[in-house]
Amino acid sequence: MPDATGLELIGQELGSAVLDTVFFRERATLVIEPDSVRDVLAHLRGEGYAFMASLHGVDYYPEEPRLGVVYELLDMARVDRISVKLRVHSQAPEVDSAMPDRPGDRGWPTAVHQEREVYDMFGVVFRGHPDLRRILMPEDYEGYPQRRDFPLGGEPVTFTYNDPKRPPATA
Amino acid sequence: MSPVEHETSAQSEKLSEYRRREQSITLSEVDRPGGPPDAAGDGEPGETRQELLTLNFGPHHPATHGVLRLLVTLQGEVVRDIKPIIGYVHTGIEKTAEDKSYWKVIPVIERMDYLAYYFNAMAFCGAVETLVEVEVPKRAQYLRVINLELNRIASHLFWLATSALDLGAISMFWYCLRERELIVDLFEMSSGQRMHTRYFQVGGVIEDVPRGYAEKLRSFLKLMPGRVDQYRALLNGNEIVLARLRGTGRLDAESLLALGVTGPLLRAAGNPWDLRKAQPYCSYGDFDFRIPIGTVGDNYDRLVVRLAEMDESVKIIGQALEGLPEGPYMTSDRKVALPPRHELATSMEALIHHFKLVTEGFRVPPGEAYYPVESPRGELGCWVRSDGSAKPARVHMRDPSFVNLQAFSQMAEGGYIADMIATLAMLDPILGGIDR
Repeated sequence: MPDATGLELIGQELGSAVLDTVFFRERATLVIEPDSVRDVLAHLRGEGYAFMASLHGVDYYPEEPRLGVVYELLDMARVDRISVKLRVHSQAPEVDSAMPDRPGDRGWPTAVHQEREVYDMFGVVFRGHPDLRRILMPEDYEGYPQRRDFPLGGEPVTFTYNDPKRPPATA
Repeated sequence: MSPVEHETSAQSEKLSEYRRREQSITLSEVDRPGGPPDAAGDGEPGETRQELLTLNFGPHHPATHGVLRLLVTLQGEVVRDIKPIIGYVHTGIEKTAEDKSYWKVIPVIERMDYLAYYFNAMAFCGAVETLVEVEVPKRAQYLRVINLELNRIASHLFWLATSALDLGAISMFWYCLRERELIVDLFEMSSGQRMHTRYFQVGGVIEDVPRGYAEKLRSFLKLMPGRVDQYRALLNGNEIVLARLRGTGRLDAESLLALGVTGPLLRAAGNPWDLRKAQPYCSYGDFDFRIPIGTVGDNYDRLVVRLAEMDESVKIIGQALEGLPEGPYMTSDRKVALPPRHELATSMEALIHHFKLVTEGFRVPPGEAYYPVESPRGELGCWVRSDGSAKPARVHMRDPSFVNLQAFSQMAEGGYIADMIATLAMLDPILGGIDR
């Protein structure tokens, strides 16, 4: 982990892209401006954090900006981890994809499934993702099930009598 | 009214796009035989033309290790394109976890990667312990290590059994399950359950090991290295296995890292990254063991690395058993751990704590934590967000199978379809973990 001072230094290098730095339970998190995600990730790769360990989606309902995306970066040489967090408004949940977007760009190919999962579960749209479709839920599913206001077990079981795609029964 | 009229045009457009993708069998043509499918042909009349076949593979197919579905485009016998389609066993465990108090989440979390249940519980408990800042006693850590490594052997045994089956060797299946049976017997002895044991708790383990456990474990540890040698002899002396594994499904370490692949797959390509060594958690720093690595990163290396890992796990368990410290197996923090049974009869406070823990559960300070562990398939990380209540606000599992599957098309494209089966077997995807 970068310690609290190291985190501040990284935050200062990135300037206005960083909204906040959080050092919690020995764990460093950069809270960043959503639009600068590609620049921040590229900068951190230059610092040695070249492995994207994970990508999480999160919903801070009822706060706004509500939807969060967390990138877990890892520096395998120094065995050092840093989290990058951004939050987008639920009205326009859009953020740039971390996938390579032009030939020669290294990008983060590991994000392909994980960004699809965040899109599937939270409805965050990743601009520039080559194949942004639902991944775990059926393709024609409506709603984003991991959002906090999506009820648990709130999905009625479809029978012939309540299937919206069937014509109503006539007596 | 026809069903189509109920849908908006945007929806039906989206759906038809999906149906187009789903179309099980499509035929298209390539101009030059042997060339890539998208190569622009010169279109000379009389040139031989070759058809591309898109084949739907799975989800119900014994070689897909669960319900994985692959859309495979073939040029003759050669695989040109693979599109994995997942989600068939998505059960919404992460959503379910948000409606349960922390200690009740453990049983559902264990059912994600159903061959590595101890690892799921370890990642989750580790993340919650980080948030609560509870100290896990040394004895509990050693007991955890014993069970984690036993689970690693059991998982690798099941992988070896089913992989050998995919390659046509049925006797390996019986041998491996014979040894796995001994391990689940040990699990049953310590926790009462053979699978999904709920043995790990936040703050320690639920119970100390019973009398006779150490002897039984010792006899298993004595037996296991010889058995691994037998597997080696069986497989390394088998021309067919060697011919099918050597040089197939090769992918170098750099591409694997870009795709986020960890675990035995990465180590088979020569990168000795192992969280047990790199970021020792749960007292792994106390034990003397080595990290087996491969050389070229083909299917054979993956086999060899996992076999060697079983030997190393046996070593770790032996050291943990002999060095098992005395002391409590559960934290004494009564706000997190249930009080011992005998205290309930004499102490009012113990009774209150017991009641609070069982009904409401313990509250976790607000915050976020990511806790990675080295599962049999790679980095298994649990990300937990707490909002201060007794239920987690978000549980996300970074499942290694989910991430590793991304590398599958790169490994198998350009090879024969039979090699694709071998590569999938050596990838070791667990669909329960992928779909969660």
